[in-house]
Amino acid sequence: MNERTLSPQARWWIRRGLLGIVVVWGAATVTFIGMQLLPGDKATLIAGGGSLGGATPEVLAAITREYGLDRPLIAQYGDFLARLIHGDLGTSYQRGAPVAELIWSQLGSTVVLALGAAVLGFVLAVVLATSTAARPRGRAVTSTVELVLLSTPSAWVGILALTVFSFELRIFPAIGNDGIASLVLPWVTLALPIAAALAQVMRDGLERALEQPFATTVLSRGATHGRLRWRHLARHSLIPVLTLSGWSLAELLGGVVIVETVFARAGIGQLLVTAVTSRDFPVVAGVVILSAVVFVVVNVIVDALYRVVDPRLRETTP
Amino acid sequence: MSENGPAPLLTAKNLTVSFTTPRNEVVAAVRGIDLALGAGECLALVGESGSGKSATARAVLGLTGSRATVDAEELTFAGEQLLGLAERDWRRLRGARIGFVLQDALTSLDPLRRVGDEVAEPLVVHELGSRRDRDERVISLLQGVGIPDPRVRARQYPHELSGGLRQRALIASAIAASPSLVIADEPTTALDATVQRQVLDLLSDMRDAGTAILLISHDLSVVARLADRIAVMAAGLIVEQGTPDDILLRPAHPYTRELLAAVPTFGAPGRIFRAAADVDTSPRDSPTRLAAPSRADPSGPGRSHPIGRTILELDAVSKRFRSPDGTWRQAVDGVTFGLHAGEALGIVGESGSGKSTTAQIAMAMLAPDHGEVRLDGAAWSGLRERERQSERHRIQLISQDPLSAFDPRFTVERIIAEALGRPGRRGAIKARAEVTALLRRVGLDDDVLHRRGRELSGGQRQRVAIARAIAPRPEVLVCDEPVSALDVSVQARILALLAQLRHELGVALLLISHDLGVIHEVCDRVLVMKDGTIVEHGTVTEVLTAPRHPYTHSLLDSIASDRSPSPASANTDQHDPALTYPGGNQR
Repeated sequence: MNERTLSPQARWWIRRGLLGIVVVWGAATVTFIGMQLLPGDKATLIAGGGSLGGATPEVLAAITREYGLDRPLIAQYGDFLARLIHGDLGTSYQRGAPVAELIWSQLGSTVVLALGAAVLGFVLAVVLATSTAARPRGRAVTSTVELVLLSTPSAWVGILALTVFSFELRIFPAIGNDGIASLVLPWVTLALPIAAALAQVMRDGLERALEQPFATTVLSRGATHGRLRWRHLARHSLIPVLTLSGWSLAELLGGVVIVETVFARAGIGQLLVTAVTSRDFPVVAGVVILSAVVFVVVNVIVDALYRVVDPRLRETTP
Repeated sequence: MSENGPAPLLTAKNLTVSFTTPRNEVVAAVRGIDLALGAGECLALVGESGSGKSATARAVLGLTGSRATVDAEELTFAGEQLLGLAERDWRRLRGARIGFVLQDALTSLDPLRRVGDEVAEPLVVHELGSRRDRDERVISLLQGVGIPDPRVRARQYPHELSGGLRQRALIASAIAASPSLVIADEPTTALDATVQRQVLDLLSDMRDAGTAILLISHDLSVVARLADRIAVMAAGLIVEQGTPDDILLRPAHPYTRELLAAVPTFGAPGRIFRAAADVDTSPRDSPTRLAAPSRADPSGPGRSHPIGRTILELDAVSKRFRSPDGTWRQAVDGVTFGLHAGEALGIVGESGSGKSTTAQIAMAMLAPDHGEVRLDGAAWSGLRERERQSERHRIQLISQDPLSAFDPRFTVERIIAEALGRPGRRGAIKARAEVTALLRRVGLDDDVLHRRGRELSGGQRQRVAIARAIAPRPEVLVCDEPVSALDVSVQARILALLAQLRHELGVALLLISHDLGVIHEVCDRVLVMKDGTIVEHGTVTEVLTAPRHPYTHSLLDSIASDRSPSPASANTDQHDPALTYPGGNQR
């Protein structure tokens, strides 16, 4: 019935929404299984970890009851999902605070870091690609630099940046969360590998578009090469960039953890690192599920963007 | 010729264009030609691909690219010296005073921009008029080139327009800034006959309004309608120049004669077929029924009698597709016909008539919504793909664009060896003898064995595609527009090859084309398709000489007027013998 009454667009959105829910559910399930597979008694962990070893059997029993750890796994799984649906990510073993609250308090600075780096990386890539496509000399130089950046771990780039700009030149602060100045180096560190990869695919896209007959048509209208590149070809080069956006997002999420550690910035990355080292599973699970949601949302946006960038795709509903 | 008027708009004396290849070899594309074109005049450059005509056009626009060297004793436009012009000054001319129309507007218009923006670009670039003026100008331009609903079309993207509309939009963009010279490079090559005619009429109106036109084409019949003078180019030189009458009726140069001979016509029934094989005139004259009694004659399987049992049968086949707006479009609607073993059946119709969908259904690449396809009397469309696999070799496809049907990394040897059931490099070496034999059969030498698709000419590619198609010894060859991407002279040779293979191998041909001339060269019977249904069928002679359906009439009209020289000149009582029976044999 739906087939007839709904517009193709509506059906597309519904399908994508359902698919997204399945992905998040899958991530949640894998996280839950992972939590069960980990060695060690959870009640002991919650009570303060085996290292302290101070909890009495009564305390452990109370914890087990409170957290429902004695119930069958399937019931625990059901509880876990039910709480997820209500947005409840559980309580941190270590801090006793709700996971959602912990994540929320750290989200702001990480979003600023990741978004800023994404924008910077994209702008750098556009400039590099558009100015060097089909220009042999510039192309040779920039693509070499890009390859070097791509093959350098971002932790190393961050440490180098720190050494040069903070310790030697003292232009930017080395650590901390205060203001724009403290963001510059983390942004650059996070943006460089993304810019390098995007620049490579954009340049390819530009050069492919340049070979098409319409490029000749544009020049035959008296347009400058600059106009051809910026007004026509740039849009064509966005298509491979969108294809790489999933990779870029993964790079960003992974990079955030490293950069926040190197630059000692508070944020989701730091939260995750602390949670992993102290085996605070609800927090780890919360961050994993949040990442899954971000992935799903970004992918839906990207798929919608494809159709904005390339009108030819609007015809074919997947 | 006679330039007794004012000084010509465009003059070239001893123009040469040469390219430096990446390996530093110098290739001369244009080797010293003279051109003169006055206002309101149309000069046509005719020749095959590689003859230097496109390089000439690009030299006039300064768009030959960085690897090219352009030289001339004189190259002037409206008194201005073009040689050594700075890029800035070229830009001043391009779009504003010289417009350029490329072929195939699907790739010549930026696919990601609205048609209106594309048309307006010369105005934007040359800063002509305000934003609002430009919008109005775009609408009137689109209207001027005969695009209905210009306001709607201006907001659409190129892929949403038909080929004819796209080509017109491209022309609208070229003339937006009212240039005094328009260069049109194969402006109608990708178009159906009727649309081709409309576009040529449009160019003709422009010329009458005073715009000079430099028309470039490989097709003499296209040029004949429009040109005041024709220059025939071959290997970078102008071999002959004159009025259409001179060129078409009294061609002096042997190359011109060859070009003329290659134009597919319907004045000489079965010319190629007879040339290839002097057999089988009976089925052409006996009216064959649409769906013949199937397998009535098992004694004649293909080889001994060219026409035998019904090998492929479509029974009330329908197929519809969903359009972007959610509505359904009936692409094929109740199509029924039978193809006899060894027969050549043509399907003619314009783009969108459903002929390619029919071919896909016959190949069982698409499942029909209703109806059934039978191969040799047995179920075909109803089978599961796994069951069909072992029978697939019996029906093979030749497409319009073989390049995209080849794996770009495969050599010719591998492409054909794979079709012989010997995949991989080693298989190719083992099958060397068979591959060579197949290549010989389609008229190719061993030197193409190790080339890849890109390194072949259009004609060679289509020959390789044919060799691949006949490798598994099929009983049916489905040819979907097999020659429409080729130069006319190459077209004639490929069609002759198909006719010859049909005779030698007894393979049945289902030939799909928008060009009745092409169908006529090869086929015995023809089906005329329009809007998904067969509107007329019969022997080729019947349909051509006594068409019943008005649509067939219009198809014939559009070709007839394209294929004859300007009416003023035609010795009507003779019915253009030069066009239909070219001097001497041509191959």
